[in-house]
Amino acid sequence: MAAGTILLAARGVAKTFRLGKVEVPALRGVDLTVEAGEVALLMGPSGSGKTTLLSILGCILSPSAGSVAVAGRDTAGLPEAELAKVRLAHFGFIFQGYNLFPTLTAEENVRVALDLRGVKGADAVERSREALCAVGLDDKFRMRPRDLSGGQKQRVAIARALVAEPDILLADEPTAALDSETGKAVIAILRELAVTHGRSVVIVTHDPRIAAYADRVIRIEDGRIVGQGQEVL
Amino acid sequence: MIIRIALRNLLHDRVRLAVTLTGVVFAVVLIAVQGGLFVGFTRATSCVIENTEAEIWVASRGVRNFDVTHPLPDHKFHQILGVPGVGRAERFIVRFANWKKPAGGQESVEIIGFDPGSGLGRPWIVTAGSEAALLLPDAVAVDEIYLAKLGVKGLGDRAEINDRRARVVALTRGIRSFTTSPYIFTSYENGLKYASLGRSQSAYVLVRPAPGVTAQALRDAIAAGVPDVDVFTREEFARKTQHYWMFTTGAGMALLIAASLGLVVGGVVVAQTLYATTVDHLPEFGTLRAMGAPGGYIHRIIVAQAVAAALVGYGFGIAVSYFLVGLAERGGASIVLPPGMAVGLFFLTVVMCVTAGLVSIRKVTSIDPAMVFRGA
Repeated sequence: MAAGTILLAARGVAKTFRLGKVEVPALRGVDLTVEAGEVALLMGPSGSGKTTLLSILGCILSPSAGSVAVAGRDTAGLPEAELAKVRLAHFGFIFQGYNLFPTLTAEENVRVALDLRGVKGADAVERSREALCAVGLDDKFRMRPRDLSGGQKQRVAIARALVAEPDILLADEPTAALDSETGKAVIAILRELAVTHGRSVVIVTHDPRIAAYADRVIRIEDGRIVGQGQEVL
Repeated sequence: MIIRIALRNLLHDRVRLAVTLTGVVFAVVLIAVQGGLFVGFTRATSCVIENTEAEIWVASRGVRNFDVTHPLPDHKFHQILGVPGVGRAERFIVRFANWKKPAGGQESVEIIGFDPGSGLGRPWIVTAGSEAALLLPDAVAVDEIYLAKLGVKGLGDRAEINDRRARVVALTRGIRSFTTSPYIFTSYENGLKYASLGRSQSAYVLVRPAPGVTAQALRDAIAAGVPDVDVFTREEFARKTQHYWMFTTGAGMALLIAASLGLVVGGVVVAQTLYATTVDHLPEFGTLRAMGAPGGYIHRIIVAQAVAAALVGYGFGIAVSYFLVGLAERGGASIVLPPGMAVGLFFLTVVMCVTAGLVSIRKVTSIDPAMVFRGA
């Protein structure tokens, strides 16, 4: 994807949750674009709405108002089955808790992402192993998540998110459970992928140390973007 | 990957897998045994009818089953002989009687009196002695499985039937009675004596059509030419007897209800354990949905789990069932598990497990993929 192409565009996105009879606004009219090859960090205090925004950008959660366009396609009003197709076609996800399949090996965990896209057999095995090698796990193919360290699990999750070569990577606190050095190594991998493969990377994080790897830091408070750029840290 | 994920999910919790398989095995064995009893009993009710060479059965008007009927007067036999198309007709006796064991004690038996020369109504598997020996006075044939019940050990042993002497001259194999009264084959002449029937009376007249005459045509001809009798082809009388014992008496329904209970209980156990397995793996299913997995992908994982449980459970269950059938064979019970029934039970097991899995499918269908960002 050519650098500068807008892959994600949020327009007036708002989200309100209902807790019993009380309506709690989580996002209040967010406008945001993310370009190909860009690494963007979403930062802000707990409860500021950054994970909600990530969910809406990833077409996992529908906004109460506003719209999200993915690679130029407006996703507003699409049924869940169509949204699932959009997710499958464009997104790779990295979750805070890794969300690996505990019963599958590292290679099989990665292969699931290919299987969902119809890639099977030897080709899927080869690509899964290549993805694991790319994140430095070339000797962990057959290991299960319980036998891997936190950093290794996160690398498996990254390999799974990347193996199908999605346009956009969305990562929720990918370094939260990692020590400083491992966290930096993980972010460096994501940065490398964005730069060399022209993918958009959006990361929700509390960790200011990884800001150095981002092209842009977006600060959210009370459901609004209150600033963008390195100076907002 | 779908099958791999399904199998790994099942194997992840061995205890739960054991409970799941126990549920399937329980259902398979219960259905197989109850169904086998149903088939065995059904066949037993009509085994004499279906294994004789008689194509037409004539009984006094109002007969409801093979075992209980009013005597036919002798002139009916001669009227039947006079119907065009009759190739051969023989008198045949079926009567309950009292068997007095040599060492004391009594048993109810069912006397089958036939003409050993004609072949009509004879015992179809004789393993010791001979059918011809039944022409001797007081000669009877008993089945091997009832020797102990009748208090005899084999050929030559003596007993009494309705206070008249009886001597075992032949042994049959696998000729089970549906009632608790074993069949005792003997000649028509001996049967008259044991059944205390009047001279030349009979319970049935068995008829074989003349060459070129169909059973249906001869049945109609006898029904038209002989008043106050019921006439059946072999198949008709077999069905009538089966229906009487299995449904009119409620015995068959009881067996079918017990088999249905196996299906329900097994289904509930499987549904519960598959549901628990699904709930255990909800985070993974949520992750799949977040990644963009279509609903069908996740549903197929659950169906694959159910089918895998069905296959393994059926394998164990049918093995146990055939073992029990073997035990029953030696114990005198009549459990029949024909291959067709085993195949049908396989598909029933798969349907039961997949249906049980539908509860889990409802659960995963309702997963909010956003759960992956809530640390669920």
